[in-house]
Amino acid sequence: MAVKAQSQPTKSRNRPLFEGSDWDFRTMQRTYDAIREIALEDLGLDVYANQIEIISSEQMLDAYCSIGMPLMYQHWSFGKRFAVEEEMYRKGHMGLAYEIVINSSPCISYYMEENTMAIQALVIAHAAFGHNHFFKNNYLFQQWTDAEGILDYLNFAKRYIARCEERHGLSAVEEILDAAHALMDQSVFRYRRHPKPNLRLQEERERERREFHERHYNDLWRTLPKGKSAAPSEVSDVELLARKKRLKLPEENLLYFIEKISPSLDPWQREILRIVRNIAQYFYPQKQTKMMNEGCATFVHHYIVNRLYDDGLITEGTLLEILHNHSNVVFQPGFDDPRFSGINPYALGFAMMQDIRRIVTEPTAEDRDWFPAIAGTGDWRAVLRDAWANYRDESFIRQFLSPRLMREMKLFKLTDKSEDSHVTISDIHDERGYRKVRDALADSYDVAGNEPDIQIVDVDLKGDRELVLQQTVRHGIQLAEQGRDDVLDYIRRLWGYAVRLQGVDEKTGETVYENRLPAPDKPGKDRDS
Amino acid sequence: MPFLIDRRLNPKDKSLGNRQRFLRRARAQIKEAIDKSINGRGVADASNGGKISISSKGIREPRFRHASTGGDRQRVLPGNKEFVPGDQIAKPQGGAGEGRDKEASDHGEGQDDFVFSLSREEFLDIFFDDLELPDLVKTSLKEIKAVKMHRAGHTSSGTPTNLSVLRTMRNSMGRRMALKRPVHDQIEAVRQELDALEAEGERDARMLQRLAQLRIELQQLERRQRVVAYIDPVDLRYKRFEPKPEPRTKAVMFCLMDVSGSMGQHEKDLAKRFFILLHLFLQRRYEKVDIVFIRHTHQAEEVDEQTFFYSAETGGTVVSTALEEMQKVLQARYSPADWNIYAAQASDGDNFTDDTARCLEILQNDLLPVCQYYAYVEILDEGEYQLFNNSNNGKDLWRGYQTLLETWQNFSMKHIAKRSDIYPVFRELFGKQDAAAQGGR
Repeated sequence: MAVKAQSQPTKSRNRPLFEGSDWDFRTMQRTYDAIREIALEDLGLDVYANQIEIISSEQMLDAYCSIGMPLMYQHWSFGKRFAVEEEMYRKGHMGLAYEIVINSSPCISYYMEENTMAIQALVIAHAAFGHNHFFKNNYLFQQWTDAEGILDYLNFAKRYIARCEERHGLSAVEEILDAAHALMDQSVFRYRRHPKPNLRLQEERERERREFHERHYNDLWRTLPKGKSAAPSEVSDVELLARKKRLKLPEENLLYFIEKISPSLDPWQREILRIVRNIAQYFYPQKQTKMMNEGCATFVHHYIVNRLYDDGLITEGTLLEILHNHSNVVFQPGFDDPRFSGINPYALGFAMMQDIRRIVTEPTAEDRDWFPAIAGTGDWRAVLRDAWANYRDESFIRQFLSPRLMREMKLFKLTDKSEDSHVTISDIHDERGYRKVRDALADSYDVAGNEPDIQIVDVDLKGDRELVLQQTVRHGIQLAEQGRDDVLDYIRRLWGYAVRLQGVDEKTGETVYENRLPAPDKPGKDRDS
Repeated sequence: MPFLIDRRLNPKDKSLGNRQRFLRRARAQIKEAIDKSINGRGVADASNGGKISISSKGIREPRFRHASTGGDRQRVLPGNKEFVPGDQIAKPQGGAGEGRDKEASDHGEGQDDFVFSLSREEFLDIFFDDLELPDLVKTSLKEIKAVKMHRAGHTSSGTPTNLSVLRTMRNSMGRRMALKRPVHDQIEAVRQELDALEAEGERDARMLQRLAQLRIELQQLERRQRVVAYIDPVDLRYKRFEPKPEPRTKAVMFCLMDVSGSMGQHEKDLAKRFFILLHLFLQRRYEKVDIVFIRHTHQAEEVDEQTFFYSAETGGTVVSTALEEMQKVLQARYSPADWNIYAAQASDGDNFTDDTARCLEILQNDLLPVCQYYAYVEILDEGEYQLFNNSNNGKDLWRGYQTLLETWQNFSMKHIAKRSDIYPVFRELFGKQDAAAQGGR
């Protein structure tokens, strides 16, 4: 069927692929093939094999709630999210996404059955080619995620956690997961290349370890007097120093550190922490490239749909329906509009990429000035592919946001100092302001700069094993009170001893605040049993 | 090459496990919310589940976040209209401006009150969380009395009405083919050729020979057709039915109420709430629950719900008439073999002087042996409640009924004085059986 379908569009170049709004699998296949031809031949995209799945709205809600993944371990917070989303959806506050796409190989994308055929064509171009290309080629994804292994890993994680629930009880697992989730944002490696986990091997190793324990289980051990194990206080100072050095403090990945060093966790609990932080790591590139990723997908679908129309493969009605949706997606209200809720990543990404195309093909004198490397070179496809591959949101803006686009979007910069009683308009879209506005906007897309920077700086292993965390306070912005102590409490549960959090000003080095939770009455395991 | 996969038929409710975990996590708050809604709104509305609002305590997901106020911030916004560098905007009262809106929309809602929907099942599940049918009832619930016929394959003997034509014909055809029974067309062809030859006037030797041959052939074929029957007794197959025991899942609930002048609207309302609870409870356990309303003054009659609760009636009080009426209805419509019988009687405890003895007689001899459960609630006013609650003393009927408590496990009685008593009393009646009760049996 595929071969037949593929040859069809070339034969009947000017007959629309479909008319009307109903879709069926045959039409989808035909449309997919036509889109694929444009995406690969014309745009030169490089994609993972596609796996397209049609789901119902209920399943879409399901997928929403397990952070978009087709497989996920079970946790009450996903149930809570489902309750919220369902309530919103039923009330009509929120429509559902047309698609969800997963960074995996093959690239899985879910489309809603309610979509009209025009929308299906739009989402095929958007997800199956736009996002897919970005996932496969962007350096962050290449470096940090393992598209081929992720589904296996999630499968392992799901089964592992289900088994833990059977072995250790729902509440014990829930407690660990709650704590781990609270630390997710601070549990990614930002600089080190994290070792590619060989997932099957990992699972194998875990199983062997457990089986070994089961085989060598001897009830006699239980009868030995306890207390000997908790005696690192007898270790000499020199050894302690050496060990502290081995801990490689400071450590930015909180869960990693706790998983490796915490004195009070069982092996299965460490494994769960590892699962949560691996998942956090997997999503970290997505956080950093949200704007580019959506921009890329939007640009691709926009281009492809217009090509389809030019080739006579879709009708005018279809094009209008698609463009109507497209313009909804890239709508950017001004800051004083009641609908304003920040800069729309679709709008900014799409506008910047359209702008790059313009700069490459029809540059003005200003563009030649600002972008000598690309202005007027003619091959906008190559320039865009290069941008998609080698930048993230922050660097992309810093590199490619043009004065012209800043003028079009009328971007301006606010400065808000805590000691002032007013907010100052520090820069606007003019000759003096371009670079400053651009830098400030780029900074606001720097995930590492926008999330609280909290690291583990010290563990007094000799004394009371107090864990010391430090927030580097930038620009005087401290942590929100709400939730801070709850998270600290979670850390204490994982660590088993006292936990201290201190805020240190980036510039002055002064300690701005300090927050200490004393050790729980009975540390670690003893409390559980 | 894409794989287009239709997942729509995949099982739904993938997040059912998550929802259960969520409900489990928030159980305490949900229970609180439900109990509150019961007290305030009345049972009938609340039983439909629907939206409930719980405090978000216990279901927060804390994270480290930057504070929304304080510090030096920069922000880039689109849509400048008239600003030039150096313009100043006063900060809104109560803190730094622009960060706050975002904060609020990000996770403002849901922090204080968390609103979501419960299904009717989930609602009832939590509502009746620690309630159980009394042990006695549970055993008879499992008891298997009713028998239903179920299809169970085929058999070679049976009554003609159960004949499975398809199976029989299939067998017959197989047998006919195996034994080479000549088909009709085959014989017809030979016969026609024979007829044609016989019709010919002149016959030569060759034709005569052929004629003889055909005659023998026809004879053989016809014989074979006779011997190999079209349908043989061995072919016959009958649909087989097997009696399969089925647990009884029908229940009938009798609501008996004194509607004489001494029972005011307040008392009736209390009784109604109790009946509704019982009905809800039974509905969870049985596929079908019938309700019979019997009201009585000095005479009893079966009425519809509206009349039962809201029509005024005057007269004396003879409780035994209601019991007799119940007995009559039982005999006429609800055989104990098929129905689980529950009864709840509400009264203010007054009775015609000599009648209590008669009541006891009916209960002991006729009703209690067939009932799964018989609950008596005596509705008092506050003053009486204080007086009677702590002692085993009570009004006439109460004192009489007390003698039943010892001999009948399926009988129980309680005092109710105000609305808030009903639920606790109900829980007490149906609360999970404690060790003492079990030891008593």
